[in-house]
Amino acid sequence: MSEVLVEVKNLAKYFNLESDFFGRPTSVLKAVDDVSFSIHKGEAFGLVGESGCGKTTIGKMLVNLYTPTRGEIVFEGTDLTKLSEEKRRGFCKDIQLIFQDPYASLNPRMTVGDIIAEPIKINKLLPSNEIEKRVTYLLNCVGLANHQRNRYPHEFSGGQRQRVGIARALAVQPKLIVCDEPVSALDVSIQAQVLNLLDELKEEFGLTYLFIAHGLNVVKHISDRVGVMYLGKLVEIAPKKELYSNPLHPYTQALLSAIPFIGPTKSKQRIILTGDVPSPINPPEGCRFCSRCFKKTDACDGYIPELREVSPGHFVSCRLYDET
Amino acid sequence: MLLEVNHLKTEFQLKHGTVKAVDDISFSLNKGEILAIVGESGSGKSVTSLSVMGLVQEPGEVTGGEILFKGEDLLKKNKSEMQAIRGDQISMIFQEPMTSLNPVYRIKDQIMESIMTHMKLSKKEAWERAVHMLDIVGIPSPAERAKDYPHQMSGGMRQRVMTAMALSCRPELLIADEPTTALDVTIQAQILDLLYHMREKFNMAVLLITHDLGVVSEAADRVIVMYCGKIVEEADVRTLFEETMHPYTLGLLRSIPRLEDESEEPLYMIKGMVPNPLKMPTGCAFSDRCDKCMDRCRREMPELIERNGHKVRCFLYENEPEEAEKHE
Amino acid sequence: MTKKKAEQPTESSQAAVVLEKPESQLKEMWESLSEDKAAITGLVVITFLALLAIFGPLIMPYDPNFSDMTKSFVQPGAEHWFGTDQLGRDIFSRIIAGTRISLTVGLSAVAISLTVGVVLGSIAGYSGGKTDTIIMRFMDMMLAIPSILLAIAFMAALGKGIDKAVIAIGLVSIPEYARIVRGCILSVKENDYVQAARVIGNKNSRIIFKHILPNVLSSIVVRATLGISTAVLDTAALGFLGLGVQPPAAEWGDMLGRARGFIFTAPYTLIFPGIAITLTVLAFNLLGDGLRDALDPKFRKN
Repeated sequence: MSEVLVEVKNLAKYFNLESDFFGRPTSVLKAVDDVSFSIHKGEAFGLVGESGCGKTTIGKMLVNLYTPTRGEIVFEGTDLTKLSEEKRRGFCKDIQLIFQDPYASLNPRMTVGDIIAEPIKINKLLPSNEIEKRVTYLLNCVGLANHQRNRYPHEFSGGQRQRVGIARALAVQPKLIVCDEPVSALDVSIQAQVLNLLDELKEEFGLTYLFIAHGLNVVKHISDRVGVMYLGKLVEIAPKKELYSNPLHPYTQALLSAIPFIGPTKSKQRIILTGDVPSPINPPEGCRFCSRCFKKTDACDGYIPELREVSPGHFVSCRLYDET
Repeated sequence: MLLEVNHLKTEFQLKHGTVKAVDDISFSLNKGEILAIVGESGSGKSVTSLSVMGLVQEPGEVTGGEILFKGEDLLKKNKSEMQAIRGDQISMIFQEPMTSLNPVYRIKDQIMESIMTHMKLSKKEAWERAVHMLDIVGIPSPAERAKDYPHQMSGGMRQRVMTAMALSCRPELLIADEPTTALDVTIQAQILDLLYHMREKFNMAVLLITHDLGVVSEAADRVIVMYCGKIVEEADVRTLFEETMHPYTLGLLRSIPRLEDESEEPLYMIKGMVPNPLKMPTGCAFSDRCDKCMDRCRREMPELIERNGHKVRCFLYENEPEEAEKHE
Repeated sequence: MTKKKAEQPTESSQAAVVLEKPESQLKEMWESLSEDKAAITGLVVITFLALLAIFGPLIMPYDPNFSDMTKSFVQPGAEHWFGTDQLGRDIFSRIIAGTRISLTVGLSAVAISLTVGVVLGSIAGYSGGKTDTIIMRFMDMMLAIPSILLAIAFMAALGKGIDKAVIAIGLVSIPEYARIVRGCILSVKENDYVQAARVIGNKNSRIIFKHILPNVLSSIVVRATLGISTAVLDTAALGFLGLGVQPPAAEWGDMLGRARGFIFTAPYTLIFPGIAITLTVLAFNLLGDGLRDALDPKFRKN
């Protein structure tokens, strides 16, 4: 396997919702709690989980939208969490983000050409006379026509806007792109177009992706390895083929089973989880999936599972696999 | 036959022209049946459901056709008559369960209000019924949760409350507009399961509006595929997935990333995008994006043709029966 | 062959799209505004007043400050359209001269409160936390005192004069602008495109000026338009109390204040300045309301 591009070590992000009179937190939302994983160069790492599991928070910490409470983000040997604001901003050109909502992520008062040119100008990557050409090239890359550059975002459809968002992310020639559910707001027929585009661009520019999604089916197509998150914790990491053919964690099994089968038969035996995801505010100690797990036994109570490698490259955090 | 929609037309008068959001569609729905209308944004699926409910808002207007509910034309009813039918015989659940519940009232007040208006029950009876309904839709300790405000509940819980509210007056028809779109996969499975059981329990018909073919395959009995305001294909769910006819339906099915798909090939794509509703192509609305487009498709709009209960709007299937006869 | 044909229509339809000029938000706003009769009336009146303020001296029949005691309290008529005041000055000329004063004071006062308010509101809204608390609590303290009382207090500290009136009126309405700007920024700040601006490496100041403020500009413009009418009214009030413009300068509020003793003997000395004030305030209010409706998509038709 190629070298590691980014390594996340014991990363945590807490939000203090309420504090007492002395400023001591009384209510803490643990959005991400002690998560470690690494992404290799040229790889697409899928991060899957339901809303509130912390997957987006991890993405936002990578692109400096949130400051981690604890832990390290080591990017090509540099720990980004220890840098000054000024130096940290310098890494913007290496790590970019594609947003979920193509309607909200483009400034409505800027033309598409300006939106794509802005990151180049700010990071002073090209002399101003070459920017024009670069924008044309980028528009071309994402399948938009050059004559569309002077138009405003509201004149475009959702799929086209997402293409603009992708071009903006590509403009700084990043090494890592965090794709935060880039297709979930798009129509079905457009989703495939955007997924294929992302796949092509990855080959063409040698990009590395952190691909965040809430469903395992979307991630399957694009990722090489997949991590599954639940309530701020990573519960399983495995190479794609391994994860889909041999899911170990009960939650992964339930997620896979919950994806509707598209076809004439309704034969599949489904695991329907009971109840809701518990609130990430003051979450339970021990295994966080306990309250909904269909394989829970008395021994699970109070047991704190660790993420362990059970077969090469396959990590899982569950008591069931700790006994051996 | 519970609901019969004939040649329904709903148009939106905009500054730059008229958008035919629903353009001459007809379908029917039997008691106890789940009929899904699938389509992408702009296909007119939601406007169809709003037309049936009589909730189309300015600048939209139902301009033609009839909507027969138990033999009576809903379009001929006045406002107060429609109000009496809505929530009583026809109920609706929406995509976003947060905005469809009033944030300043407790759950119980909202359910009881609808029960008391439509079923003429006393306050005590309404309370009992409300708790009973919350219990049926699977809310744990319903008597206590009924005193919660909407914001104290999760998305899945709120959708259950909405369902409980919609079902509280025993409607004969439930219109579910994207009921699971805002929910997580594991919660979506719960709600679909719930809809399926409620249908059996109350022998109620469901009109399920969705963009997700997965939801269709899980829950529906019969499916209508809409594109640009028109029905392009209609069949029972099994036939639709086994013998897909219209190139659009086929394209949709092929472009969804599948779990069981092991290939590393790029996904199938439907090229281009939905045409601007103000500048519809003259022929078939899908012609610009279709793999099998013929010259004729650009000139004229194909009719909806029916064969063994399977309806499709495409020239590809126009001549087949004759040819089949010839072969015999 | 078939394939080539298949591609042609898309090309031509794209060409058709290019020819259509993109509709800017400004143009859309104007279209919506032009349907609003009240707002257009307001705009026409304001334009008229502005022209009067600029070219007034050219059409004034008399010197507004020229006093001819032999002609005091002349009834409105052909010679003096609006009559003369107790000092024999032509009221028509004085009203025209007052237009310039009122509009100048209104605009400059709004300019002061707008600039300071936008800066304070932006800082408070964008940085949040303690900075926000300190700035906004101070604004709250200012809001707790009735604005006209505060303006009088400022005048007392600064002394009389038109320039001081401008400063006093400007200062007292800072909190309103700061509040509105802060509120807008708080709502715009959470938008993905503001976060996107951070992700591509923008500095905070650039994010505020390039990405946030242009998107809250519309609300600020509306508030400023309505603010001019308040400022005009406040100027008149200060003038009425004898604190604003110093004699003999013609100021509507001052005219009103000096004429109030003659309300029964020579009502026209009061009526015309009163009409001028009402008309100006009304025009700005109508335009402001129209702008708000035009900018709010909820009110916009289609």
